[in-house]
Amino acid sequence: MEKHLSSKFYEAMKRLEPRYPNKKALILPALHQAQSEFGWLPKEVLAEIGEYIGVHAAQIREVASFYTMYNLKPVGKTHLKICTNVACCLRGADDLMDFAEKKLGIKCGETTPDGKFTLSEEECLGACTTAPAMMANDDYVENLDINRLNEYIEGVRHG
Amino acid sequence: MVKESAKQNQQTLFIQHFDNEKNRFLSHYLSQMNGYAQARRVLTELTPDQVIEEVKKANIRGRGGAGFPMGMKWSFIPKNSEKPKYLVCNADESEPGTCKDRQIITYTPHVLIEGLLIGSYAIGCKHAYVYIRGEYVRETKILNEAIDEAYAKGFLGKKIFGTDYSLDITVHRGAGAYICGEETGLLNSLEGKRGEPRVKPPFPAISGAFSCPTAVNNVESIANVPHIMSMGGEAFAKLGKIDKSGGTRLISLSGHVKRPGVYEMQAGSLTLRQIIEELGGGILDDKKLKAVIPGGSSSPILTADEIDVVYDVEPLGKIGTMMGSAAIMVINEDTDLVKLLLRITKFYAHESCGQCTPCREGCHWMESILHKLIHGEAKVTDLDLLIDVAGNIGGKTLCALGDAAAMPVQSFLKKFRPEFEAYIKGQKRYA
Repeated sequence: MEKHLSSKFYEAMKRLEPRYPNKKALILPALHQAQSEFGWLPKEVLAEIGEYIGVHAAQIREVASFYTMYNLKPVGKTHLKICTNVACCLRGADDLMDFAEKKLGIKCGETTPDGKFTLSEEECLGACTTAPAMMANDDYVENLDINRLNEYIEGVRHG
Repeated sequence: MVKESAKQNQQTLFIQHFDNEKNRFLSHYLSQMNGYAQARRVLTELTPDQVIEEVKKANIRGRGGAGFPMGMKWSFIPKNSEKPKYLVCNADESEPGTCKDRQIITYTPHVLIEGLLIGSYAIGCKHAYVYIRGEYVRETKILNEAIDEAYAKGFLGKKIFGTDYSLDITVHRGAGAYICGEETGLLNSLEGKRGEPRVKPPFPAISGAFSCPTAVNNVESIANVPHIMSMGGEAFAKLGKIDKSGGTRLISLSGHVKRPGVYEMQAGSLTLRQIIEELGGGILDDKKLKAVIPGGSSSPILTADEIDVVYDVEPLGKIGTMMGSAAIMVINEDTDLVKLLLRITKFYAHESCGQCTPCREGCHWMESILHKLIHGEAKVTDLDLLIDVAGNIGGKTLCALGDAAAMPVQSFLKKFRPEFEAYIKGQKRYA
């Protein structure tokens, strides 16, 4: 089988192996590591993880599909995930979502044609006292308002 | 004018360290907080049983939501089992409204690591895991850096403090699933499976992580352990101003208050009104209070005239709600509670793992009725149907997610029914 994952992936897994009583426990760490390399998890990559762990590719997919953070489809270069749960909602998250949809010209759940942005709705991020909040890839952006969101998007567009 | 009195009279263990990001380094913990002194004393002078006894005396309830006495939980771990034993720290922090554990990890990760070291020694664990929610990328990095510092100093690893005791700690990232905050869902996720809760019994104390005896404790619970050992269980218990609740509580105060934030109070020392008015500075823009969700989004809602209640487990239980993870969400007069309930229900429908039919089907059913309602398409019998569906989820599922989804629906309808009826009568329309 052709290898897609880098040697960095296999080195990271080697370091983690002794920290668990069995290899299956490495499925989540492996999915995270693979996604950090590709931005999402193509079928061939799931299969390669399965081969490394020693389980069928379907079992990897079964696990990956349970968790919302694993992207089973490609996403834009910047993935904006706006929290619309209670605390953020009370502080105007719905308006932020409306604004982001108009500004980016896409609906929630879609990716811009240039592949720069994906917009998603996020469940509670644990940033309730600094609401409303969103994630932009791995980073939290808190105490948001429409101006800050606008600046953020502009910054990414021109950055 | 904001009253500061409540704040000033409080003895706190955590928040005074939440002001400077440099506090997270080992050098600060050692020089300013007498760091690892308790772990050293415990490992070199005390038996595991003595530690558990001290924690029992402290009257500390679990801080994750269920409030189970922590010392008792540890005492359930069988002493003579030949299997490895595990201490697993629940850092999934996913109940909407809750954000206190994130502060502990960001500002004082070494308190958590020292707590893990003492707790692991007490239950005979050689490898502890911290299961942290996947979104906490930055917090994971901070915690791993602190763990590396502890290894470098010999506070983790082999033969700690010159004793025969060894401990490893591994941080395991989740990947976006509310249900992994439920302890057996968490354990399945740690084992590389879908985070579906398990049938109990067997309880984790007998068969938990990797089918071995396991204690699962919340971040704040474990971070209290060094404090318990340093002040003694009895003194810790006395910090609480109410029976059965020792120590302090970290509160996540959000929504329509002037000063949202993470606060700390001695357990049972303030009413919900004092928390909102004195700590939170009152309602944002001086609007009127309409309702309060007192313990995370699953806890039954309170009306504005129910908030003169001592904020702790039993007093809240007496008025039909719960303290949960101490996440208070304050709601002003302008808020549409029907829309808010739809948002809450949508969350539980999204997060239901799908194993149990009442929850899998019922949560979506409730969501679709509420959806119909706000679009003016519901009949008055639909409100009774909503209550009926909720009643057929609660208590009929493997884990508490079913109850978590049912309680908001039942309490919103019981206390704010006219708002729901307004949509049926066409007096209100979804904007």
